[in-house]
Amino acid sequence: MRLEPIAHPSLARRLGYPAAALGLTVITASLLALVAGADPFATLGLILKGAAGSKFALLETLNRATPLIFTGLAVAVAFRARLWNIGAEAQLYGGAILTVVVGTSALAALPTLPLLVLMGLAAALTGALVLLGPVLLKTRFGVDEVVTTLLLNFVMLLFVSYLLEGPMKDPMGMGWPKSEALDRAARLPRIVDGLRLHWGFALGILCAFGVWILQTRTTLGYEIRAVGLNIRAARFAGIPVNAVLVKTALLSGGLAALAGFSEVAGLKGHLSLDLSPGFGYTGIIVAMLALLHPLGVVVSAIFVAGVFVGSDSMSRAADVPTYIADMLMAIALLFMVLAILLSKVRVVRG
Amino acid sequence: MEILDILLSASFWAAAVRIASPLIFATLGEIICERAGVLNLGIEGIMVIGAFAGWMAVYQGAPLWSGVAVAMLAGMLFGLLHATLTVPFGLSQHVVGLGVTLLATSTSYFAYRLILPEVSSPPRIEPFQPLDIPILSDIPVIGQALFAQTPLTYAAFALAGLVAFTLYRTPLGLALRSVGENPSAAAAQGLSVTGLRMGAVIVGSGFMAVGGAFLTLSAFSSFFFEMVNGRGWICIALVVFGAWRPGKAVLGALLYAAFDAFQIRLQQTPIGTVVPYQFFLMMPYILSIAALIAMSRRAEVPAALMTAFNKGDR
Repeated sequence: MRLEPIAHPSLARRLGYPAAALGLTVITASLLALVAGADPFATLGLILKGAAGSKFALLETLNRATPLIFTGLAVAVAFRARLWNIGAEAQLYGGAILTVVVGTSALAALPTLPLLVLMGLAAALTGALVLLGPVLLKTRFGVDEVVTTLLLNFVMLLFVSYLLEGPMKDPMGMGWPKSEALDRAARLPRIVDGLRLHWGFALGILCAFGVWILQTRTTLGYEIRAVGLNIRAARFAGIPVNAVLVKTALLSGGLAALAGFSEVAGLKGHLSLDLSPGFGYTGIIVAMLALLHPLGVVVSAIFVAGVFVGSDSMSRAADVPTYIADMLMAIALLFMVLAILLSKVRVVRG
Repeated sequence: MEILDILLSASFWAAAVRIASPLIFATLGEIICERAGVLNLGIEGIMVIGAFAGWMAVYQGAPLWSGVAVAMLAGMLFGLLHATLTVPFGLSQHVVGLGVTLLATSTSYFAYRLILPEVSSPPRIEPFQPLDIPILSDIPVIGQALFAQTPLTYAAFALAGLVAFTLYRTPLGLALRSVGENPSAAAAQGLSVTGLRMGAVIVGSGFMAVGGAFLTLSAFSSFFFEMVNGRGWICIALVVFGAWRPGKAVLGALLYAAFDAFQIRLQQTPIGTVVPYQFFLMMPYILSIAALIAMSRRAEVPAALMTAFNKGDR
């Protein structure tokens, strides 16, 4: 078989294949429920109900979507430049560490707003620096960033574990490895009083718009796209490729770190080793499902969060393991990349 | 003084060879894929599914070697998925690889919870026992390290020889390397680039899964979550470190494993009471990154690695 590009794919083709990918994911979900001995329709219904069936469920989904918006944006920004940042998990924890460090330091005497801004900036800077290392290794020595960013995730988790048992250990933690908690003044307030949704979510949407404007309206955005589309052509056109990669990395690492900031300052209030159940890795799925579009990231983050929250609640009611959510997301990712390809090419025999 | 004691003990070298074994299987699998031009980032998840499938088969009553075969088949299945998406369809090897890792890992966890919903402590199986080779295993230090291991460890070293022989001394190996270096030229010779690449990814994934199965069938006797713990990514680094050559990769795996065994033992010495244990555990990952930097200048990357081949493209 051979692939032939289609010059002007029809709208039906461009929408049909991604829709089919989602449809196939739903069919897979039903099959998995059958394998688990549950009623497929009831299972899907329970997932839907758990994700958006009540005000509480919906807010839970939006809360879970918040870190995914940040990590999804981080991945989308980096992948656009073909910079394979698989280390959002490490950058998230880097941001979380600095959020707690600044939020529990002498600076905590500041009023809430400047304090939160400082915490966020410190977090973003740390995340940027965490990714800067692998990217400099890539531009200077040609070391593949996939492996280095992946390995740094493990190093960072061990480092956090050390901090939580050593210098950042909560003296009142009863031996539980967690950090001191932030004061109320150092927390992101709720958007609406009484509703469990904090300003981190709004910040995420703001960042999505920011990235969108950067990608479509600025020179850097243009350069990032050029580097991603054809690095040799970009170099030939005089684009400072290495500088663009470094800037992309700073942006991507900073965004991923804001996920850590928002989780600590908005939700948990302290740093612990279970702060992120793989938000960094799930960010890759979020970004790919959004076709790397920053505004799409918001939608796909809410969708992905809904599947996770819904599956959690479903597995409590039906005997279907909650890992069904991870399987479905992986399947959705693979179907989606194939669907995007098929919407642009024709498969020919021979 | 303690350091010298560690380096001279037979148990240290035996541990190093044991730790290296799963890495050797998986690294050889990755070398086969990459030599044919396909980066297989599914490796981490394929090791998980291998560890799970092999263990589950034995737990359900299959003999140990059948467990190894089941693991290999499970790995090949995910290899087939990876190969289909990356070779004929030419999709991003990064994205597909990570997707396969996520899918294989979550499938293992889903199936584990489905089959064993209630267990809190992982059930055990009777793993492979060490097989002492007569006379040779009596040699001091080296004998215990090399000739008193489990059968799967011997298989790992044998496989390294087989892969090296196939790659450099057979027409199949030549064909495989040529589709990884210059697929257009290979196609012009009448070779099926798609077939060779898919075959390489499927077989390579099978070996990765056996590496995972080593963990449950030989090293430990139960399956638990997070047990592969980045070993797959370490193997990706070992492939680069070994310059895409089976022999050098085995050496790299042994070196890495010796370092890993060393840091475990160093934790028990007075140094371990001063330095927090997390820093010891970090060292293998940092060492892998350092090795990548050191080897980057001399990297002999297969020229067509990560480039899709579409017949008829110019």
